[in-house]
Amino acid sequence: MANLTLLQAVNDGLKTAMRDDETVLVFGEDVGPKGGVFLATEGLTAEFGEERCFDTPLSEDGIVGTAIGMAMYGLKPVAEIQFQDFIFPAFDQIVSEAAKLRYRSGGQYTAPLVIRTPYGGGIRGGLYHSQSGEAYFCHTPGLKVVIPSTPHDAKGLLIASIQDPDPVLFLEPKALYRTVKGEVPEESYTVDLSTTRKVREGDDVTVFCYGAMVPVCTEAAEHAAEAGISVEVIDLRTLYPLDEESVLEAARKTGRVVTVHEAPRFCGYAAEISAIIAERVIEYMEAPVTRVTGFDTPFPNTLEHNYLPDHRRVLDAIERVHAF
Amino acid sequence: MSAYEMLQVMDADGAAGDHDPGLSDAELQYCYRTMLLVRAFDDTAMKLQRSGRVGFSIPNRGIEATQVGAASALRKTDWIFPSYRDFGMPLYHGVALVEMMNNMFGNSLDGSKGRQMAVHFSFKEPIHFLSISSPIGTHIPQGVGVAHAMKMKGEDSVALISFGDGGTSSIGFHSGLNFAGVWKSPAVFLCQNNGYAISMPTEKQTASDGFAVKGEAYGVPGVVVDGNDLLAMRQVTVEAVARARAGDGPTLIEAVTFRMGGHSTSDDPTRYVPKELVEEWEKKDPVPRFEAFLASRGLWKEGDHEAIYAECMSEVKEAADAAQATPGPGLETIFSDVYAEVPDHIRAQGEAAFDLMRRKGDAAGGGGEFPL
Repeated sequence: MANLTLLQAVNDGLKTAMRDDETVLVFGEDVGPKGGVFLATEGLTAEFGEERCFDTPLSEDGIVGTAIGMAMYGLKPVAEIQFQDFIFPAFDQIVSEAAKLRYRSGGQYTAPLVIRTPYGGGIRGGLYHSQSGEAYFCHTPGLKVVIPSTPHDAKGLLIASIQDPDPVLFLEPKALYRTVKGEVPEESYTVDLSTTRKVREGDDVTVFCYGAMVPVCTEAAEHAAEAGISVEVIDLRTLYPLDEESVLEAARKTGRVVTVHEAPRFCGYAAEISAIIAERVIEYMEAPVTRVTGFDTPFPNTLEHNYLPDHRRVLDAIERVHAF
Repeated sequence: MSAYEMLQVMDADGAAGDHDPGLSDAELQYCYRTMLLVRAFDDTAMKLQRSGRVGFSIPNRGIEATQVGAASALRKTDWIFPSYRDFGMPLYHGVALVEMMNNMFGNSLDGSKGRQMAVHFSFKEPIHFLSISSPIGTHIPQGVGVAHAMKMKGEDSVALISFGDGGTSSIGFHSGLNFAGVWKSPAVFLCQNNGYAISMPTEKQTASDGFAVKGEAYGVPGVVVDGNDLLAMRQVTVEAVARARAGDGPTLIEAVTFRMGGHSTSDDPTRYVPKELVEEWEKKDPVPRFEAFLASRGLWKEGDHEAIYAECMSEVKEAADAAQATPGPGLETIFSDVYAEVPDHIRAQGEAAFDLMRRKGDAAGGGGEFPL
């Protein structure tokens, strides 16, 4: 076991996958000698050569389009998009092409690529280096959407994503890159996609969250415990396809649900969680199914700490649903 | 090297023969001063970033002649769609330093109300200068749209659209040049070939022979110019602008220059730029070269650099101090300007945010380090 940051765990996951399988390739903008702007790909070119970890021209459309072709031809491309905010030139390739290739060819062709990209706020990056676009992609059948929140999951989910037969969008919470550390096995291992993780056991209120909101919700749960409220925290970690049964079970357990994300609220991921609960276990609910989210505004810069849900906002919601 | 011959007016030592730059002595000295003002802004921004007072900046060192030479060809009615590294353009046209510093600090007087990162300036006066959008190349077709609108309104204004070598790989570059070629738009495309797109050297960005040649396929004439030669930059831009104003269509200018610093204050170029290359370009610094030219016309003498730079530093410092002393934006600025009128659901979210602040105090200030 090694004690790694989430960023180091991503790096370790890439190296492990590349050592295990010589068809795994890493490419994108500045991922080569520079090692990526966050250093997630540091040392890859040195260890595996420029054939397997290389810089591309500045075109997200080109990066994802060529990754689809390589995946179609039997390679395992792990493409990096420097910031999730920059992914939209590739939206067509992801949504119209990668996600639909298996379906439109009747299963004759597939594109099992992985697109890694840092998402979310917390680094004073303003409008274009802070967004959480997961909902756009969770609305895309054929695509898988994965978000780790711990170093252990980052490595295990990344290797599972690379081995997966379908295209995976792997969203990395950049706010956690260097702020969380944890034990990570040195060998290769996988964490199954479409499973949730129970972060904290509780009986009074259930909080669903993912990515950078997991530590925020854990902190809120600790404050709630001081006030005598026992909070269960669930890390969803694969947003699509979702492990619905584990969500329903955790919702039924307490009958009081708060879902937290930093993306805007309207048509955000929490709306889906609320809808699933309303459709399937509403009879267990003791309080309004509640959301704590970013605001329905673009992401600000100076006031990003007011935009991002923090433990105060999550705790406030926990207290409200508990008192209802 | 490029299939196009690189235009130079000054030689490496600043000699320009009897070249007429079309500027008065005072205007030539103003161009020089603007380059030093950019340098003073850079040096101050770097200190502010290193001391944690601003989050981020973009160094302009090495590109000043490209910026100022191009800006000098524009009128106040023209529009600028800048690249990241164009601080000399608003400064040349008289944007107040404090307005730029308000953006650096993201304070309540910042044009974007503290919503954007540092160096994402927008100005409407005294010239239109639209903030960069961090996604690369998106502004290129937008600039063509503005140029087309200028033409449709029967005006003779132009849009100057600036981008780096990396920007030529974007979808926006290809759409923008294609449309401008078809429409004969009054657009001037300025590709600043500064050697690197973050860490990517130009030879990995394109297999074509330079960037000017890329215009040919779109019916847009290309020209290569020494971007460290202020007079040559001015000359090609004046010509491109004249073509555009006359209704003869767009031009693609490739300015060959070099980014002497990192991509940004978060970048460490020593990881990927060979030291010898930096040393080679250090000798081509556009500032001493222009000084030599000015001296040949009796417009510069020993000691001017230090004196003018000190003046510029003092002005920049004053602007930075004022911006730093200005309070941050109010919570309400998160919720305004999303639409012309605030919709009910956003108003409700704003009210809830104020309510939470009253009950539980303000959120803890943001930290975090910007990597790019």
